[in-house]
Amino acid sequence: MTVPASASLRETPLAAAHRKQGARMVEFGGWLMPVFYSSILDEHQAVRTAAGTFDISHMGEFMIEGVGAASFLNSLLTNDINRLRIGDGQYSLMLNERGGVIDDLILYRADEEAFFLVVNASKIDEDRAWIEAHLPAEGVLFTDKSAEYAAVALQGPKADAILAELGWPRPERNGIVPARLPFLAFIARTGYTGEDGFEIFCNAASAEALWDRLLAAGAKPAGLGSRDTLRLESCYPLNGSDLSPERTPLEAGLGIFVSLTKEADFPGKARLLEQKASGLSRRLVALKAVGKSAPPRSHYHLFDGEKNVGEVTSGALSPTLGYGIALAYVDAGYAKPGQRLDLEVRGSRFPVEVAPKPLYKRS
Amino acid sequence: MSTSPIPEGLLYAESHEWVKIDGPIATVGITDHAQSELSDVVFVELPKVGKVVAAKAPTAVVESVKAASDIYAPLSGEVVEVNPALETEPALVNSDPYGKAWIFKLRLSDPAEAAKLHDAAAYSKLIAS
Repeated sequence: MTVPASASLRETPLAAAHRKQGARMVEFGGWLMPVFYSSILDEHQAVRTAAGTFDISHMGEFMIEGVGAASFLNSLLTNDINRLRIGDGQYSLMLNERGGVIDDLILYRADEEAFFLVVNASKIDEDRAWIEAHLPAEGVLFTDKSAEYAAVALQGPKADAILAELGWPRPERNGIVPARLPFLAFIARTGYTGEDGFEIFCNAASAEALWDRLLAAGAKPAGLGSRDTLRLESCYPLNGSDLSPERTPLEAGLGIFVSLTKEADFPGKARLLEQKASGLSRRLVALKAVGKSAPPRSHYHLFDGEKNVGEVTSGALSPTLGYGIALAYVDAGYAKPGQRLDLEVRGSRFPVEVAPKPLYKRS
Repeated sequence: MSTSPIPEGLLYAESHEWVKIDGPIATVGITDHAQSELSDVVFVELPKVGKVVAAKAPTAVVESVKAASDIYAPLSGEVVEVNPALETEPALVNSDPYGKAWIFKLRLSDPAEAAKLHDAAAYSKLIAS
């Protein structure tokens, strides 16, 4: 008997809650996830103007602890762990030896020698294998908590007021605090939308209670569709689209999350130093359509006259801005804001312009 | 089980276009079920008037926030009119798929092809399965 493809899709502890809300479920990174409940545009708007909740239980959670944890992570990831006080979070990248991106992640310093890592859903297995292959013989304990944890993001200008009204702790930007809701949770002030907000991690068994309380407090359920348009307006890269094993974080414009001056060596560091010295040949830029255009989509090509100078990696019609926007890799000579290029859509050309990042910034 | 409206008197393609036949002219749009699957439509690419298409040929493109979807000619013919309202108001595809959001009209080259399309009852069964 053959197993249908859908049988291998995983569901989060909130799958039943999503269906109850009328969610349209789609496959994403091996998971069955809500793409929208009512409308991507409405959910996008709710996050920009009020507050939305996203199920992010599909994301992976790792614990790395022990006397050697900090030095191990400094020799595994691009950012400098020593900048983190207890309770601080940091965006970082895990690279292959060629300097290409295996995954981008957030890590939080839970304690002096205990770190909580949040990784992309589609990369959990690959990340775990890479980390285990690089673990030192002793002094560091690695545990994959992905199956035990659920997580919900509360994002939007009203997120802070909602947590205040619930009486839950509100950490500083990028910080994380433990909380009793009364079930044990960790509340981080991080997100992927460009708005103020929180990411709340708890045991899978408590996920529905967490979700229901946020909805009761006035947050609107929001799906992966709006999560994608929100992050794109804010120019946050998506691994697998804008980041890949063939692209370095320097090319992706993520140099501020790479410490080339820290003492620790990490996979890819030599390649990045070399690339920094020799100069980049291509860069990830933000684009905006000039005038009316079909929405840019990944893999569309960019032209200067007849010369192909780049390729879109993410694109959409921006719900907030009302015009087409994209992230694209272009030859370095075409990466300056103001540069005009032509976007090819089904054989037609539409003018676009390289724009400063982010395309949307909250006021 | 779908609760999308499926008007009687129209014909339906398996690729979710509806067709209204009026003598030699067929008006084409997408069904309520299709617009609901696509969600928010943000862009419609109309064919050029005068374009000659075969049945099942990609003829227009409807783009939602998430993706671009081809709209197929349900029948063979020549595009004789397109709906310019969709260029300025693509969301009509969501709000009035069987009315103001008609996409193009064809002058049919082989009206007998219509026998291959579904009536409302058959289309209803198709989307329920």
